[in-house]
Amino acid sequence: MEFRGRAFKYGDNIDTDVIIPARYLNTHKPEELARHCLEDLDPTFVTRVKKGDIIVGGRNFGCGSSREHAPLAIKGVGVSCVIAESFARIFYRNAINIGLPIIESSEASRQIDDGDELLVLPEEGLIKNLTKNEEYRGQNFPDFIKEIIDAGGLMQYAIRQA
Amino acid sequence: MGMTITQKILAAHAGRKFVEPGELILATVDMVLGNDITAPVAIEEFEKAGATKVFDNEKIALVPDHFTPCKDIKSAQLCKRVREFAKKHNIKNYFEIGEMGVEHALLPEKGLVGPGDVVIGADSHTCTYGALGAFATGVGSTDMAAAMYMGKTWFKVPETIKVVYNGKRQPWVCAKDLILYTIGNIGVDGALYKSLEFTGDTLKDLTVDERLTITNMAVEAGAKNGIMVADEKVVEYVRRRGKKEVRVYKSDDDACYEKILEYDVEAIQPQVALPHLPENSVAVDEVSGIQIDQVVIGSCTNGRFVDMKQAAEVLKGKKAHPYVRLIIIPATQEVYKRCVKEGLMDIFLEANAVVSTPTCGPCLGGHMGILAEGEKAVATTNRNFVGRMGHPKSEVYLASPAVAAASAVTGKITHPREVV
Ligand code: SF4
Repeated sequence: MEFRGRAFKYGDNIDTDVIIPARYLNTHKPEELARHCLEDLDPTFVTRVKKGDIIVGGRNFGCGSSREHAPLAIKGVGVSCVIAESFARIFYRNAINIGLPIIESSEASRQIDDGDELLVLPEEGLIKNLTKNEEYRGQNFPDFIKEIIDAGGLMQYAIRQA
Repeated sequence: MGMTITQKILAAHAGRKFVEPGELILATVDMVLGNDITAPVAIEEFEKAGATKVFDNEKIALVPDHFTPCKDIKSAQLCKRVREFAKKHNIKNYFEIGEMGVEHALLPEKGLVGPGDVVIGADSHTCTYGALGAFATGVGSTDMAAAMYMGKTWFKVPETIKVVYNGKRQPWVCAKDLILYTIGNIGVDGALYKSLEFTGDTLKDLTVDERLTITNMAVEAGAKNGIMVADEKVVEYVRRRGKKEVRVYKSDDDACYEKILEYDVEAIQPQVALPHLPENSVAVDEVSGIQIDQVVIGSCTNGRFVDMKQAAEVLKGKKAHPYVRLIIIPATQEVYKRCVKEGLMDIFLEANAVVSTPTCGPCLGGHMGILAEGEKAVATTNRNFVGRMGHPKSEVYLASPAVAAASAVTGKITHPREVV
């Protein structure tokens, strides 16, 4: 598995209210949510983002409410993965549970600039910055989490357990 | 090595004698919660995976509270989905409007959560129940779906930060001020992935309602859970509300803490958290005079009876400023009824407040008081992110019920002593 795309760089504490404002939570269709992804933070995001692009955040990405609509909106808009220095814990769980690849790397979060071309090898936890010709290491998932991902998500894992 | 309360509860639910921070465990759950936004997503996941039966129809709570009474067709469809699922699986703890309340105020009141429980909820403020000595944490909808099916969920055992509050509160200092001050001190990711264990003399003087305000906002510091020892007040509270199983845990003397933070409560003033993060808290006197357009008193943070009383104390015999919309939302039907019975409703109505049936409403910018561009609100809620209560260019200032009520009277951010 690998992802290639352009970086959309944002700051610390990108909360779920700006990822998908509550006024749109009366649906959970990814295509509908995707239309409003990040609109209060960067109204041009949805018009500029292309399939495969990568969001790069700072600390505590996805803080705030538990809405799974947030990773769903990001996935729905075609973003291939999210890199951040750290993730808020519910967002982290949700991303794993719905299959949105996420990587924690403070180095990548600091070095990558908006618009950089990236190549991500999630299984190896490797991030290549093609624009700057740099490489960064990210965190690998623990085995238990890999089991959930391999099962095809948490619900499938649950069904198998029973 | 000893264990913290959080470790002990998780160990007991994982069938283990000892668990250590960082370990991944599968634990049984005593209550699984969802609301009108998160439960429909969970129900869809549940059904899509082919699950047909819930693990226990008494250990699931479904509370449509965010957009109810339904604000539009889409939210009505969502509530319908939840209602139908509740009927189909004979879910005992489904709460229709009229009995409903904001979930985190409602569950303690109904005696559904208590000391020693593991509670997960598809809502980030599920951490509220920690004040009752439960391990309670917010999860996502897929987590909720899997737990409704398995009766279990996975956790990474968190490290614990101990927060000690000592000393007597100054007049007008509420529980809200203690937690806002703490978040201001450690930041919105100051306890990321960790447990916050609250302790100290000051807590003994707080009512159970007030303690719930503190644990409610643990997530605003990034914490996985907030927790307190269940003392006699708590045990009495949950028993009175019909909770049968009560397991009180205390941290061992040699339990390991990631760090210990001590606060001298006497030095803490009433706080206001400025836009757009809960960590931007300052003493109210530093920002008094900022003109406001709206005041919201309610939510799972400050919508309980004690909060209504604090607001009424300030509002008694006064009127809201002519250009301020004062919106008061008792968090549950029980709180609402008590406000009527004990005369608070008269005070609110005489003050020209709008008093709404229980709902999350404006707290998340849903309905019942949305802000226009450039408007400012003082709210007793828990989040002041960009666009949280309406227009992306509106502003929310977080404060206690007393500060919110005082600000409603003067039309600007005000210390309650200026009004009473
Ligand atoms: S009152 Fe606000 S914070 Fe509490 S559950 Fe409702 S929307 Fe969430």
